[in-house]
Amino acid sequence: MRRSTRKKLVQAAGFLALRVAMGLVLAVLVLFLYDIGRKGGGAISWEFLSQAPRRGMTEGGIFPAIVGTFLVTVITALLAIPLGMCSAIYLNEYARQNRLTRLIRLSIRNLSGVPSIVYGLFGVILFVNALRLGTSILSAGLTLGLMTLPWTITASEEALKTIPDSYREGALALGATKWQAIRTNVLPYAVPGMLTGTVLGLARAAGETAPIMFTGAAFYLPYLPKSLSDQFMALPYHLYIMATQHHAIQQVRPLAYGTALVLIVLVLGLNMTAVVIRYRLRRKRR
Amino acid sequence: MRKTRWTNVRESAIRAFFFTCGILTVLVLLGIFATLVATAVPAFRDITPSEFLLKTNWDPTSPEKAEYGILSMVVSTLMVTGGALLLAVPIGIGVASYLSDVAHWRVREILKPVVEILAGIPSVVVGFLGIVLFGPLIAKVFHTGHGLNAANGSVLLAIMALPTIISISEDALSAVPAAYGEASLALGASRWQTLVRVKLPAGLSGIIAATMLGMGRAIGETMTVLMATGNARSFPHGFLESVRTMTSGIAIELGEVPYYTTHYYALFAIGLVLFVMTFAVNMAADVVLRKYQEKER
Repeated sequence: MRRSTRKKLVQAAGFLALRVAMGLVLAVLVLFLYDIGRKGGGAISWEFLSQAPRRGMTEGGIFPAIVGTFLVTVITALLAIPLGMCSAIYLNEYARQNRLTRLIRLSIRNLSGVPSIVYGLFGVILFVNALRLGTSILSAGLTLGLMTLPWTITASEEALKTIPDSYREGALALGATKWQAIRTNVLPYAVPGMLTGTVLGLARAAGETAPIMFTGAAFYLPYLPKSLSDQFMALPYHLYIMATQHHAIQQVRPLAYGTALVLIVLVLGLNMTAVVIRYRLRRKRR
Repeated sequence: MRKTRWTNVRESAIRAFFFTCGILTVLVLLGIFATLVATAVPAFRDITPSEFLLKTNWDPTSPEKAEYGILSMVVSTLMVTGGALLLAVPIGIGVASYLSDVAHWRVREILKPVVEILAGIPSVVVGFLGIVLFGPLIAKVFHTGHGLNAANGSVLLAIMALPTIISISEDALSAVPAAYGEASLALGASRWQTLVRVKLPAGLSGIIAATMLGMGRAIGETMTVLMATGNARSFPHGFLESVRTMTSGIAIELGEVPYYTTHYYALFAIGLVLFVMTFAVNMAADVVLRKYQEKER
């Protein structure tokens, strides 16, 4: 009898420890969001969102950084989404189980583990120097695009896997070629899922700093970029500058908080949109 | 429809197109490696590899004698990463166990996406919070002048590694066949005993893989450590000292270095070391994960 009481006590203590671990993680998340929401909220105004920084970035807003992040993300999407989808189509529809396919899969898994700053180094050599794109929106966007590629491939393949084989077989049995079967009976059903998955990848790319630091992001530009070969301001890099490199760090802290809030709303907003759409798609399919 | 020669040609062309897209990832990975090697090699015209890897002084801009030892940075990286894992692994396994064994399934369905939110916070924001939240806290508790040190970096990296560790460990725990748990409960073990003595050992390889993937992420993380660890160049002696990791070393200096100098090449050599380290960790995680998936079948 005493032994069983002890067993119960140990279990209660153990489960309590697990709950504490969960609580700790939730507390950290709440603390993060609360701190940024409260202190960043005070800095947000129409002026903050719609104007360029003024007086050595001690006043004004973050409009050029919002535009820069938007433009870079568009370039990222243009590279990563089509390439990711096509790779996924190859892997899921055409590839046989052989050594080459295993090598491709291995490369994808390893690419997603390459540190973001290493992508930055690669971008400097390939896009900025070798392809002579200079430090520009284009270089930064393409660098981020390469970094996003493994995520978009994985997400697109997940979407293709959910399409039952009978869809493909139905078309093939009617005499369609492989590509006709894919185009008419697979892609229309898979593309929404592919797109939502890739949005998650884009959200992560939009918040990245290390790959764009040396490929095009600028410290301070009071005007908007005129072409894709201009340098640009970006939200994550702007936050880094305001938090560590500015000459009056304490004075601009509210602006840094405001930038952090805008960045987090943008990234988490994209994330949640994708999650909600994916949830709806899954429900519809059932 | 009759398949003509034309359709056959078209089909092969389409297949070739998709194949090219598929093979591109291999080329990108090889390209990154080749680029790093090619740009790192010229550094060793002026530096011996042993000096580079084993010396602790890094002072490329010294007017007397430039020094290129990266050992302090490597040790700093390992220290911050090790500290992060000491925090993240027990908490991560705890949360994974809670989600798989304790929580009601409705609670679990809510909490899992909530943990994912943590993974979505950009690293630069985490670094910012290290400066404004954890820094002052650490300075107060440990009476250090400022809180920008290895401990701060470890706490932040632990938070960033947690979502990876939690989700993969949770997968590993739910992949343990239900019969294992049922057999243990039938023999009179409590749910806690079943978790600790049956399920966690059965899911161990998945948990190890999760830890290694978290480690790979922590080693390569740049912005958080750059912002929160203080970036002192000296050899680290404790967690309350300011440290400079390999990633922050590159990030700080690449913006100012003149192109095509030994210093420039040496920064790429650091990048190469970083690439090799994360590659090795990720490959090891991959092998472990594969083994355990094969075993499941």
